[in-house]
Amino acid sequence: MYRVTTKQVMGLKALTHLIALGWLILTFYLAFTDQMGADPVQALIHFTGMGAFNLLLISLVISPLAKYSKQGALLRIRRLIGLYAFFYAFCHFLSYLLFDLQAEWVLLLSEIVKRPYITVGFSAFVILTLLAATSTQRIQRALGRRWQHLHNWVYLALPLVGLHFIWSVKSGLVEPIIYLTIALTLLFLRKRKLLKHVTK
Amino acid sequence: MLIRTPKSSELKESQVTDEKTYLARRSIVKSLGFLGAGALLSSSSARGYGLFSSEPEPIFKTSPLSFSKPSNYRPDDILTPEQKVISHNNFYEFGTGKSDPVENAQSFKVDPWGLSIEGLVEKPITLDYDSLFTKFDLEERIYRLRCVEAWSMVVPWIGFSLGDIIKQAKPLSKAKYVAFETLHDPKQMPGQRSRFSGGGIDYPYVEGLRLDEAMHPLSLLSVGLYGKTLPPQNGAPIRLVVPWKYGFKSIKSIVKIRLTDTMPPTTWNRLAPSEYGFYANVNPRVDHPRWSQASERRITSGGLLSRNRIPTEMFNGYPEVASLYAKMDLNQFY
Repeated sequence: MYRVTTKQVMGLKALTHLIALGWLILTFYLAFTDQMGADPVQALIHFTGMGAFNLLLISLVISPLAKYSKQGALLRIRRLIGLYAFFYAFCHFLSYLLFDLQAEWVLLLSEIVKRPYITVGFSAFVILTLLAATSTQRIQRALGRRWQHLHNWVYLALPLVGLHFIWSVKSGLVEPIIYLTIALTLLFLRKRKLLKHVTK
Repeated sequence: MLIRTPKSSELKESQVTDEKTYLARRSIVKSLGFLGAGALLSSSSARGYGLFSSEPEPIFKTSPLSFSKPSNYRPDDILTPEQKVISHNNFYEFGTGKSDPVENAQSFKVDPWGLSIEGLVEKPITLDYDSLFTKFDLEERIYRLRCVEAWSMVVPWIGFSLGDIIKQAKPLSKAKYVAFETLHDPKQMPGQRSRFSGGGIDYPYVEGLRLDEAMHPLSLLSVGLYGKTLPPQNGAPIRLVVPWKYGFKSIKSIVKIRLTDTMPPTTWNRLAPSEYGFYANVNPRVDHPRWSQASERRITSGGLLSRNRIPTEMFNGYPEVASLYAKMDLNQFY
């Protein structure tokens, strides 16, 4: 049977860096220089938000894909993509705070408390931050079994992100509903694991 | 709620990006070879900011207008650059993304056009395309435009008072409201063809004003901006501009103005009554259920670092309309 080689995994990692990081840098460059349409702030917030959601979905597609294709080596790019999902979410949050709210911390706090879609999005961001902060092998070893428990929180972050998206649009629910459906499908593929986690 | 004093970091004319530089941005993207990458992670929002789409062919021809410049409509606000005014539009008939209208509306046909003023009037009027520009004296008015999404622009509109045309039609005493309707033409307007592309709205787009609001001298029927006839993405050939109300009240590409005795339905109110009222007056004290209306981002130029968040003013800074709502609870009638 064909096996994905270490070299190919390295290639995929390089490609991930090139696309995810390169695209982000290019977008920020265009936004800083006012070359991203009439409202670069909104464009940047949409780009980083959708990028984070896309990357999160890709990171969660990897394990079912590796399982069904019997290519265990694919799992080795999962952490990198997950970290990029966090990094895009971080840029999303930072763009909202610095360029939309323009560092009005009081307004940020009141919006997090008052607006359900911000509350939900911020909660997902806090989860992704925790997961990114504990993503090194050293911490993984130190936490032992608790590490997996902690990282199962991604299954909560995912529907929160979907809800954040659906709640943030003015009208036209088709696209957010497609996203939410993909997210729920990815959760459904893990139903046994999730049920075990919940009933325990 | 937060009240901020405006900062003195106002933009200068010299900071406006040169149009040549602005138009060159696509070639910068292309030269970096990132076009192919777009397909990998793309979503429809990628089109929303137009980064990976090709520059629209400017097929639609606008033509210069002659008009007066009355001094009472010339505020100190810095104008939003023309390129931004004509490329950042909410006109769901041509797509829900901000840059969809400029991309999808260029072949829109405005001549011939028919605008009728009908309903509870003594003398119904029909204006054809040419008389939109000749029947009334045109004047330039610089108005602030505050979108319900909490961004704003400053636009030099050209047009005439809505009240002038209503007076000419001689409203009957029963008339209490004015209903407006956008063209319904799914062949030309892709957003009207399916719920997917049109944001789930029931077309045609309809709006309404109370008759006294419509007769207020600030209410403008606009046929142009920045010295020329309107481009289609801004509502050619004729649109409403009601500067003390949120932008969605300012209905575009109008074919019918009907005087009625009952409050007419309005599109966004029908879609989400708890979020958008009939009045939709700009009001920093009444938040949208999902976001604050206390402040807004003024779109001028300067990219990400322009400090453009400013406090939103009651009635968008047009206190002369306050008497229209003297005894009304504006929390209830939002």
